[in-house]
Parts: sequence; C-alpha cells; structure tokens
Amino acid sequence: MTHDILTHERLTRRAFLKGAGSLVVTFTFLPQRSSAADAAAPGKSVATNAVDGFIEIHPDNTVTIYSGKVDLGTGVRTAITQIASEELDMPLTAVSVIQGDTLTTPDQGVTFGSLSIQVGGMQIRQACATARAVLVQRAAERFKVPASVIKTHEGQCWNGSERVPYATLIETEGLILKVDPKALLKAPADYVIVGRSVARLDIPGKVTGRFEYMQDFRLPGMLHARVIRPAGVHAELLSVDDSAARKLPGFVATVREGNFLAVVSRTEWGAIQASQAIRPVWSDWQGLPEQDKLWAYVRNTAVSKSEDLQKVGDPAAVLQQSPKALRATYDFAIHTHGSIGPSCAVAEWKDGKLTCWSASQQTHLLRKQLAQMMKVPDADVRCIYIDGSGCYGRNGHEDAAADAVLIAKVVNQPVRVQWMRADEHGWDPKGPPTLLDFAGAVDETGHIAAWSSQAYIPQRPAQVSVTLLTADLANMPHEDAHPGNVHQALAIGYQVPNLKTTVHSLSHTPFRASWIRAPGRMQNTFGNESFMDELAHAAGGDPVAFRLSHLNDARGRECLERVARLAQWQPRTTPASTEGDVVRGRGVSYIKYELVRTYVAVVADVEVHRKTGKIRVTHFYVAHDCGQIINPDGLKNQLEGNIIQTISRTLLEEIKFDRSHITSLDWKSYPILTFPEVPTIAMDLIDRPNEKPWGAGEPTASVVPSAIGNAVYDALGVRLRSVPFTPQKVMQAMRTTI
Amino acid sequence: MSQTYTLKVNGATHTVTADDPKMPLLYALRNDLALRGPRFGCGLGQCGACTVHLEGVAVRSCSVPISDAAGKSITTLEGLGSPEHLHPIQQAFVDEQAAQCGYCINGMIMQAKALLDHNQHPSEQDIRDALALNLCRCGTHARIIRAVQRAAAALA
Repeated sequence: MTHDILTHERLTRRAFLKGAGSLVVTFTFLPQRSSAADAAAPGKSVATNAVDGFIEIHPDNTVTIYSGKVDLGTGVRTAITQIASEELDMPLTAVSVIQGDTLTTPDQGVTFGSLSIQVGGMQIRQACATARAVLVQRAAERFKVPASVIKTHEGQCWNGSERVPYATLIETEGLILKVDPKALLKAPADYVIVGRSVARLDIPGKVTGRFEYMQDFRLPGMLHARVIRPAGVHAELLSVDDSAARKLPGFVATVREGNFLAVVSRTEWGAIQASQAIRPVWSDWQGLPEQDKLWAYVRNTAVSKSEDLQKVGDPAAVLQQSPKALRATYDFAIHTHGSIGPSCAVAEWKDGKLTCWSASQQTHLLRKQLAQMMKVPDADVRCIYIDGSGCYGRNGHEDAAADAVLIAKVVNQPVRVQWMRADEHGWDPKGPPTLLDFAGAVDETGHIAAWSSQAYIPQRPAQVSVTLLTADLANMPHEDAHPGNVHQALAIGYQVPNLKTTVHSLSHTPFRASWIRAPGRMQNTFGNESFMDELAHAAGGDPVAFRLSHLNDARGRECLERVARLAQWQPRTTPASTEGDVVRGRGVSYIKYELVRTYVAVVADVEVHRKTGKIRVTHFYVAHDCGQIINPDGLKNQLEGNIIQTISRTLLEEIKFDRSHITSLDWKSYPILTFPEVPTIAMDLIDRPNEKPWGAGEPTASVVPSAIGNAVYDALGVRLRSVPFTPQKVMQAMRTTI
Repeated sequence: MSQTYTLKVNGATHTVTADDPKMPLLYALRNDLALRGPRFGCGLGQCGACTVHLEGVAVRSCSVPISDAAGKSITTLEGLGSPEHLHPIQQAFVDEQAAQCGYCINGMIMQAKALLDHNQHPSEQDIRDALALNLCRCGTHARIIRAVQRAAAALA
C-alpha cells in the first residue's frame, strides 16, 4: 500500500474531487486546545441534547468540538474531527477537539465497545447538522432570501454573491439550542472529508516527542508517589517500618489507610527508592485457587443466575436422539490489558474541590466513583482526560487516579502517581477466566440439527463500573466490579432449528474483573466459531460453505464470500497432510457483532511445528463491513492492531498466579507477540457510505482465536479448545488425538 | 549527598543534580530536562519505550545509571527532528501512519535509527530482528516494518 501525501493546499483544491479515498491526507491542524490548560467558559452546557454541549464556534471562526468519547490511541480524535468538519462544512484545520473533561464535555458514556464513532460520533454529527441548519436559517434572514438559496462552505454561508462567516451569525444569538434529532444530515454523496484517509493529527507529535501523554503532565509543586500493594490479593497490612525510607533525600510522607500503602517524595526516583526501602508486614493470605485446577474451580463456583439468551425448538431432545452428537468444552485464560505505559494520574485538591488528570476511558463515571470514595458532591470533582498509553478496556488508569486523589488529600499537595510495571501486571483488573460447554448434532443433510451452549462467566452487577482498587484497599465506599457485558456474542446468528444458548452467572471470580477488548465476545466467539468448525467437519462440509448454508443474512454472506475470495480459499473437508515437521493449515471464522452490527470474516494461515508444538500465524485475511467508513486508513490501522494483539492473546498470554498473588509481573513472565512473529495481513474493506457507521476494532478481535484454532485443526487434525494455544497444549492435544 | 552531573543531550550541555548516582538516566531526561521522547514502560529493560542513543548506541535509559551517562553524548527522539523538520525516519512513520497510541514509538524509531546507521539496506527480516526486543501492544508492527523500509529507501 502506498500513501501519497497531500498538503493542505492540495487538499483544498482537491476537496471537491471524488474518488481519492485511498490516499492519506496530511496537513497542519490547529494546535489542539489543551483541556488541562483551558479555562472553560463558566456555565458551558454539558448536555448530550444541546448543540452547545458539543460545539463552540469562536470569534475567529474556528470551532471546538467537545467529545465525551476519548482517543485511546485508536484515532478517534481524527475521525471525530472529520465528522464534525464534514457536517458543519468547516475546514478540517479550523476544528479542534476537547475530550473527556467533565466540566466541558457531555457524558457520552464509557469509551468502550468500539462505540466512539457509532454512538459518540453520531451524536456529534447530529449536533453539527442542527447547528448548520440554524446557521443557514439565520443567514437566510440576514440576506432576506429563502433558506434553500443558502449554501455552506468553509465555515461560511453564502447566497451566491455575499458570504457571512458562522462566527458572525452567532454574535448576537449564540448557539444555545437543543439538538434536533430530525435535522437533515448531509448526503454521503456530497462528502469531501468523511470517507477519506485523513492523516492522524496526533502522529507528528508522537514521532517527535512533542505529544503530551498523561505520563508527561506536571503541575507546579507536584509531589511524586508510589504505591506498595499487598503481598497477597486480600492480605491485611499488619505493620509498616518506614525508617529506612524516611532517611532518603526528598522523602515527604508514608500514606497508610487500611491496606492502602504509599510513599511520597519530592522526586520521582526518591519515591521509587522509598517504595523499595519501606518494610510492610502483610498477613499471610492464600485464598486464590490452585492455577492447575482453575477450570474445576470455575465449574464449581456457585451460579447466582442462569438465563437463556436464545431458545428455539428442543435441542436437548434432538441431542439425546443423535448417536453422533458432539460435546466439547472450551476455556479461555485470564488476561491483563498490558498497556506499554503503566497507569499514571495527577490529583490536586484546592479549597475542598478536586481536579484529577488521568487517561481514564470514562471520566464522567470516574468522577462519580471518586466523589463516592471521598464522600464529596460530584460537583466538587472535575476529571480531565489526557491521552495515555494504549488502553484496551478498563485497565489501571482509574485506580491510579484514585490513588493520586487519596494521597493528595492526605499530603495536601498535588500528587502524581505512576504505577510500576509490576503494579500494572499485578493489579490492573483482569479479563476473567471463561468456561464454555457446547453440544451439537448435524443431520443427514449436512445441516445443524441442534446447538446448545453454556457459558460460565462472572455475574454482572447493575452498575457498569469496576471497583476502585484504592477504595477497596482503604475500606472506603465503592461498588462491585462489573466484568463488562461478557454474555454478548454467545447467541449465534446461524439458522438452527433447535437452539439454546445459556449464560450461567457466577457469584465469584478469582481476580477483580473488567472489560478487556471484545470482553466475552472474544471468549464466546472462540467457542462458537470453533464448535461451528467441529460441526462442519462432522457433517463432512467445507467450513466456509457450511457457514454459508446456515446464514440468511445477505451482508454476512457477502462478507464471508469476500474473505474466501481474498484468501483464495479452496474447499477443504479433511485436515491437510500431516507429513513433515512443519505442517500448514487455514481456518475461517465469522461474526455479526452482537447480532446487530459490524460483520467480520477472517481467514488465518498457520504453520505448526509437530516436534515442538509451536504455532506461527503467517497470514491473515479479513473482510470487514462496518457500514459507512469514516477514515479507511484509520480503519485498517485498527483492524491490523486488533488482529495482531489477539494473535498474541491467543498464542501466548495467560496470567499466572500462586495461592496468594499474581506471579506474571513483567514481560518475561507474561510475554506478548514480537516483530519476528507478526503475520502479513490482507484486507477487503466493504464501504457502504449510505449506511450508518458501526463500530470497528474489537469485532475483528473477536474472531481471531477461533480462526487460528480452526487453522491448526486444518493443519494437524487436532482441535485446540484452550486459550492460550501454548506448545505444551498443542503437544498434549496431538498425543490425545493420535 | 546530592551530586552534579553534566549531560550532553541533543548537542546541548546541561547540569543535573541527583541524590543517587544510580538514578536511571530516564528520570533525568524526563523530569530534569522535560524531554518526552524517552518513555517509562517497564523500568526493567524489557520493552524499549525508554530507548535513547548513548555515544551512538541504542540503550535502555531506564537501566543506565546517570553516573554512567554523564559526559557522554546522548541523543533522544527530540534530537532527531521536530514536527516542522522531521527526520527521514520520523517522516516515514508519518507517511505510513505507523502509530496507534504511540507510546512505544520512541523506542521503535531510536532502535530503527541504530539499525539504519549500520545497515543501509536491511531486509524485512533484518528489521524484524532489530526490533524483536521492542514491544508494541496496539499491534502496529506491520506499519512500523513498512515505515522502517520506507526510511531505509529514503536514507539510502
């Protein structure tokens, strides 16, 4: 793929030329207004139904967009800029975005679920359309012509002979309006910015060391803190000897609150040294299950609630009558988020009011949680987002924020908390262990006669939030941990006459759980699409044709057919030859995400070394339909990332623990995929400009483990039902199968 | 107890005071010199986010004591180029849009520069091997490989 660079001047000239969608367009953006330094207009609306909640037009005819969704490294800032610029008919260079500031940005919900464009972007698009319609109306009145005569272009309204900038049109009346859900959206055929590969505006700063990450943020008079976590997950702090720490230059304080322990220093290195010099005594706590009996532990955990997500016909009766009914159990290990930069936050208390800077994906929710923890009104807390290291769900950012808030309160000075690597691996909330039971049968026509699935997953409290670790350790008010909507994607979209999909919500899970990229969807789809492959083979069918024969959805069928074409898929019904030490195979997987949105079909090519059990994913092919594509290159970047990251999770990743604590505390004990192991990736992006833009990113992650497992089966004739697919498990499976 | 060190960073000479001669160089660069290129990722030399050049050699600044770096020539990401005047490697990363969160990118560019300083025509495998100990969690590897290839072509 080649990327041609277009300067802003060329972009402007080319703006009305169509069909340049594959080009990456770069130009100089406005310096982004830093929310940290921004003195927000007092009384600015943060309502999600107010135009002025989202949009502020300045006297210089530039625009600030206030977005509750934040850029977690996925390019959302650029995409939102494109959407707003397009819908307002403003030059891209005149639009800047402020994200995730509870004082100024509307609460658009947590930045998760690949919903930033699908939900957040569409709210902003509607607000922009409302604004544009009102500006046109005002211009019509000013020029004394019908509104239909007025055109908008480059931030101005014109009547064919005269122009008036938007800024002039809001001088007297402002832009205090409700969002009109019926305001007419621009026709996609008229798009000049959406649908183009606009270059990400953060990358020049990121490749030159000029971009400000959360970890770079500093306040005057700020102190540095490090946390010291319990030796066992629920160990009690019995005593602390900080005499050696106190002798270190710059030492300020030891902060102890229940089982919460931290040290504060005037310098960062001083805080690290103090955290190593302090001598806490913890109670002996050994309440974790034995790792090698984890799945028995999960299976024996009390079920608080069972619910059927789908119930059609009578699968149990059909299965009982089928002599060749298949039964299989799948499991998926505990994962950490593994952000390259450990969590970091800064907090400052001033006159009883709190400001907290963090890379939280959920500043509005964090504000509520911090207010609850500190027993202050929500209104006295302001949470401000600053981009951090990549965030793939609810990781440690919010906990680091709570750490900083508590410590800053105690020492009464601004405090920066930076987690160390072991804090992140050991104490960020985890993707919970998932166990899945399947049963199925095929009939004599080669179709599925019955399908039954049962997922054993953590229960979901009413409130979608994750316990603040700080509050838990310090015995301060907090809510329970929510694992994310991990029941999603257990239900299947295939046509099956007898079908039951059941979720068993478990009363307990070993580690504080949270959502990690494609939460539940990845695990459930691993089971679904692997078991689909098992049934295809039982029916003697080609895995692609077998899926198509159970699929009525036209867009889904097209997606599968296109990935088969892209990969030059040849029908296959039996595993490939098992001659030689290195065997090759390919596997397919498909999803319509949550049965209501983005379609993804993938093919994985693998090599398996029969003597070592090592799997290498060599090629990946993806066909992707998320409706309207906002930024094709940005979309490709996300799909590549989701595929590579999930190959890592599938082949390598598993949190290890003893009876007290996690023992995977660095990158050696929790390895991730490295450059030599990364496959080539080919993509077919299906663009539907006239459809809604759906989420992209995690839908693709969800199909990766099953595609790899199915490819290994194709290569070896061995079915892998336990993620990660370690060489030991491959060797074990070969011994069992042969 | 505190001691003064002379750091020669990106062509300029700075005086930094540290309480501990074992304080890693990374903290002096980030906190005393306010540089943002080198980043804290693990403090263990395992991820590469903190990479700088010491006398032209790529090192993990989280694992180099300030006392060992004093007096030596240090280059950080900022020393390569600026958004207005990008180094060809930085330009290649922009051209390939080779970043997601970008937290690891400092290490990728500094390690790639060390490779290209010694090997003007690296094969794809050379690039993969040279970056094998630099971790990226977002999965930007394919773009980073393309960016280094593009940079090699531009520099050759």
